[in-house]
Amino acid sequence: MEGSKSKLKLAVYWASACGGCCVSVLDVHEKLFDVIAAADLVFWPIALDIKYKDVEEMPDNHIDVTLFNGAVRNSENEHMAKLLRKKTKILVAYGSCSHLGGIPGLANFSTKEDIFRRVYEESESVINPEKTRPLPEYKVKEGTLEIPVFYNDVRTLSQTVDVDYFLPGCPPQTERLLEVFTAIVSGAELPPKGSVIGAESKAQCDECIRKKTENKLIKKFYRPWEVTDDGETCFLEQGIICMGPATRAGCGYRCIKGNAPCRGCYGPISDAVDPGAKMMSAIANIVDAKEPEDIQRVLEDVVDPAGVFYRFSLPSSLIRRTLS
Amino acid sequence: MEFKPRIVAFLCKWCSYTGADLAGTSRMVYKANVRVIRVMCSGRIEPTFVLRAFTKGADGVLICGCHPGDCHYQEGNYRCLRRFMLLQKYIKQMGIESQRLKLEWISASEGKQYAELVNSFTETISELGPCTIEKTMKVLT
Repeated sequence: MEGSKSKLKLAVYWASACGGCCVSVLDVHEKLFDVIAAADLVFWPIALDIKYKDVEEMPDNHIDVTLFNGAVRNSENEHMAKLLRKKTKILVAYGSCSHLGGIPGLANFSTKEDIFRRVYEESESVINPEKTRPLPEYKVKEGTLEIPVFYNDVRTLSQTVDVDYFLPGCPPQTERLLEVFTAIVSGAELPPKGSVIGAESKAQCDECIRKKTENKLIKKFYRPWEVTDDGETCFLEQGIICMGPATRAGCGYRCIKGNAPCRGCYGPISDAVDPGAKMMSAIANIVDAKEPEDIQRVLEDVVDPAGVFYRFSLPSSLIRRTLS
Repeated sequence: MEFKPRIVAFLCKWCSYTGADLAGTSRMVYKANVRVIRVMCSGRIEPTFVLRAFTKGADGVLICGCHPGDCHYQEGNYRCLRRFMLLQKYIKQMGIESQRLKLEWISASEGKQYAELVNSFTETISELGPCTIEKTMKVLT
């Protein structure tokens, strides 16, 4: 195509992901034509038939921008992360899984052994009296068969390779992606390496339109289905756990607009080391009780603090897995 | 090799740190396993501080503040208590023994109680053995 030399080379890859991030790229809808006008898609497994070996044959730094979504769960994910790092000028951790570990990261509450035992032995739909488990290598007379090695720990992309930018979200808001893409294409000055892009630095609560008072005091926590939401009042003030105080803004509070509390997919605000710890701090502050027994009673309704406060961020948090 | 527990203690400036100081000026002898960090109020101690202490190799974390009702800032120690109780729930889920995190109220006049607390907490941690968090977090498996 004419002028294709000056065109940006774009790659999108999924590692341990659900596919939602790739769909969020497709959600640019008819703007895809603008994207294609400015960029050549050189690798995108969900949409294009380009093999790993084709990527391996590319010269180093051949790709301008790679949107890498998904966590690093096995040796194939790691191999592709390292390969794409080598072939890419700007590597973007795209979406919660590659940014923080995401939903697949919740597997860090278990070990590899726990998972294999459940899946290959204990699952109700499995009959496996010989307790056969997948082997990374298996010799047959035609040669050796290989499958990726399953790791014990789910890793984020930055725990695996050097990452240039992080674009958070589960999935990232498509408008934000377009803004970032337009900035790169226009040759605008890019933020310093390691920045979170396509999001704000302040907290979700600062943007949220729901009515809030200064004095949040909670006597009882509820699950969302236990309360008839009035559609206006701050979720926390209604006693529903909302990750807003500890979550980065930028998504346009789309869950809250849909009358669901924030679940924290955009990750910690810029100055927070550990999103869950920040949230524990916020939740404990608003509990309206002073006596240990009363506090205990209120906190009983926070059934699964680790799972709720670290829903998207377990592998990137301070205590990134359970101790065995 | 004998196990020497590493304990990080967060003491509030107004009561507990002064209490620890009293233990010192009264020449009380107590276990030297505690590294004290003075904070303005126990309400300043964020869960992040505690978790970071563990990931940096602490075998136990001790939090001390003013007795309920005595907080220099009125409410700080209640905040601390609530955070502590939520943190306890969380660390249990992560497989960390709940005895490794302890909260006690120590007033400025309770030097003796502070010395006894440090001795008994060091004893508890010695029995539990080394904490494996630092090692586990260092290596991706």
